[in-house]
This record gives sequence, C-alpha cells and structure tokens, in this order.
Amino acid sequence: MTAVADTAHDTSQIPAPEGSVTVTVKILRFNPEVDDEPHWESYDVPALPTDRVLNLLFNIKNYVDGTLSFRRSCAHGICGSDAMQINGINRLACKVLVKDLLAKKGKQTTITVAPIKGLPTMKDLYVDMEPFFEAYRAVKPYLIAYGNEPTRERIQSQADRERFDDTTKCILCAACTSSCPVYWADGSYFGPAAIVNAHRFIFDSRDEGSEERLDILNDAEGVWRCRTTFNCTDACPRGIQVTKAIQEVKRALLFKRV
Amino acid sequence: MSTTASTAAEAGASDRTGASRRSGTFYRGDPGMWSWVMHRITGVLTFFFLFVHVLDTALVRVSPNAYDEVIETYKSPVVNLLEVGLVGAVLYHALNGIRVILVDFWSKGAKYQRPMLWAIIGVWVVVMIPGTYFMLERTVSELFGGGH
Repeated sequence: MTAVADTAHDTSQIPAPEGSVTVTVKILRFNPEVDDEPHWESYDVPALPTDRVLNLLFNIKNYVDGTLSFRRSCAHGICGSDAMQINGINRLACKVLVKDLLAKKGKQTTITVAPIKGLPTMKDLYVDMEPFFEAYRAVKPYLIAYGNEPTRERIQSQADRERFDDTTKCILCAACTSSCPVYWADGSYFGPAAIVNAHRFIFDSRDEGSEERLDILNDAEGVWRCRTTFNCTDACPRGIQVTKAIQEVKRALLFKRV
Repeated sequence: MSTTASTAAEAGASDRTGASRRSGTFYRGDPGMWSWVMHRITGVLTFFFLFVHVLDTALVRVSPNAYDEVIETYKSPVVNLLEVGLVGAVLYHALNGIRVILVDFWSKGAKYQRPMLWAIIGVWVVVMIPGTYFMLERTVSELFGGGH
C-alpha cells in the first residue's frame, strides 16, 4: 500500500463513546522499506478528554492501519518506552491527556506526533536507542566499591541519600537526551540522561568511583557541552531537575568537591 | 575493577538499514532554549559590529581624512536604527550573560532560570524604551519635524 500524505483515512471503525470529540492526529510516518523520507499523515479520530495520546495511537493501529509502529510497554509512565515528540515537545504518550491538548472552543484540535529527534528513526514512531544506551553505559552507572566487602549493609544517612534522590527517578526514556539541541547537532555528546545517571552515583556516599566518572564527563563530549537550554528539564516525564544535576556535576569538576 | 568495555563498534556494525537521525520538525522548547538562541544571535551580531568597528577605527592610522569620511557616512537614519539594534543586542547579551553565569555558579540558579529570564527581559524593555527614544529623537525630528 502506498499511502499519499493527504489520502483520507477511513476512521469510521473506531468506536466513538459518548462525550468524545473528533481530533486530528498528525503522525510523522516512515517505513524504511518504502519511504526515502518521513512524511506526515493525518487521522481524524474520536477522542475523550480523558484519553491519553497513547489510546489514540492504539485506535489508529487497531482500526485504521495496523502497520503504525511505536513502542510501549507498561503504558503507565513507568517503563519509559513511549517517549515521542507530541505537539513539538518530548512527552510520554501514556502520560499526555487529550484534554490538555484540546484547542479553544469551536476550533479543530490537531495533535502532532513525531519520533524523538537525534536518534535514528527505525520506523514510524520508534527510534534506535542504541546510541543512547551506549552513552549511558559509558558513564559506569553502577555502584563501584573497592576493598573488602563489608559484613553488614553499607550505611547511609538520610542527608547523604537526599543528595542524589532526584536522579534516582530516571526511567531511561530518552525524552531529555532527544530534546537537547546539542545532542541533535552532534550525537557524540553524552546527553542529559547519561549525566543524570552518572550524577546518581557520583553523589552517592557509598560509591568510590566518582573520580572515574568525573574524568569521563570532563571529556570534550562530556558535561561542558551543556548549554543550559533547560529543554531536558522541561521534557523529563519524572520531573527530574536534569539541568540542575548537570550543573552540579560541572561544579564538582570545577571545585573538586563531591 | 569492573569496567564494561564500550560496545560502540558492535552497535555501529549492526544491521540498521533505513535509519536516519531525524531533524527538521520544529521543537517547541523551554524558554531557556530560546534565550540561548537569542544569546547566539545577539552574540554574532555584536561580533560583526566589532569587526566593522575595528576596521573603521584602524582607518585613522591610514589617514585621518579617510576616517572622517567613513564616519560621516554613519550619520544616516539607517545607521541610527542599526545603533538602536546594536544597543538592544549588546544589552540582551549582557543581561542574559549574567543569567547564564548565575545558572552556572549559583546553586539555585537552575531553579530560578525562568524568573531570571523574565526579569532580564523586563529590564531590557525598561531600558530600551527610553533608550530608543533618546537615540532616535534627533533623527526623527530632522526627518519629520519641521522646525528644530
């Protein structure tokens, strides 16, 4: 099937429950076996204000075009599979409600959905996450401890735990990294997510690998490429203060204090 | 020590056909992103001014007359408008520069980046309104005003 951009899709099969309104979902589609370039396709679908964008995508996939491809796993904002660019900003499709996207009264609502930027698009809305995880692995995101294993648990005070509490929340959805203009321009930058996960261990009082990680992030492709645009902080579905964490790593490097 | 070697080579060699690093769609970023875009633009504009400024000032070493002639061409309404633009660009760049320094070195800078952005835009407007008036007053009265 060769789909032209302005072909009207038959969306009449999608059940329209009471109280639903018709919204236009504009999806940036790409099939590597057919297309040279991604192209937009529009679907007029019924939507409840309480629907999430993910519901609309599933209705399109189940009732209109089964080839629509996207990732999702838990669908409850925990697994971090369905990060996509919704109305121009990175969000989890399972956390964005239609009611927050509705246009002013009397106007037709258009919801644009595109894959996240900066990572290779594999098909439709899912991207190759490997470069992202590669940067993640490069910062050694695990506890490093030398010497003999302690006979009891490693004690940590609440105040010490508090220092990296924010960065433990990361679900590796790549919304932050793919919102970063520096990362779009040059994929060799570690990106916010890798730095967040380095921060989680650098400021952990039980960890002894801080110096190694700081050395890695002091690299030309490390924290110094951050331009504090705050796109990552805005994009994070877990509300992590990403830019703040990056700034803390920068200051730890500048003042040699962890 | 348990260091996992980077699997960059393996990942690069795997079969990932048809994939392209997508760019092109408009990203409606945080105000912080737009402040950074403006910072770049005003920075480049200021650089171009400095470039011209160094050239025309260096001309005085060549010949004071030539210098006078060049400076004389600056006395036009268009250059006057450019001057207003220059002051606006330098002022924004300076104010946002202070904001960026605070974001970098003040522990609460990241938290207050947006209020700081609104504040510098406020200061910019407050300075630019009378500034533009006094800079353009003479040109406007000469162009449109009858008597002086």
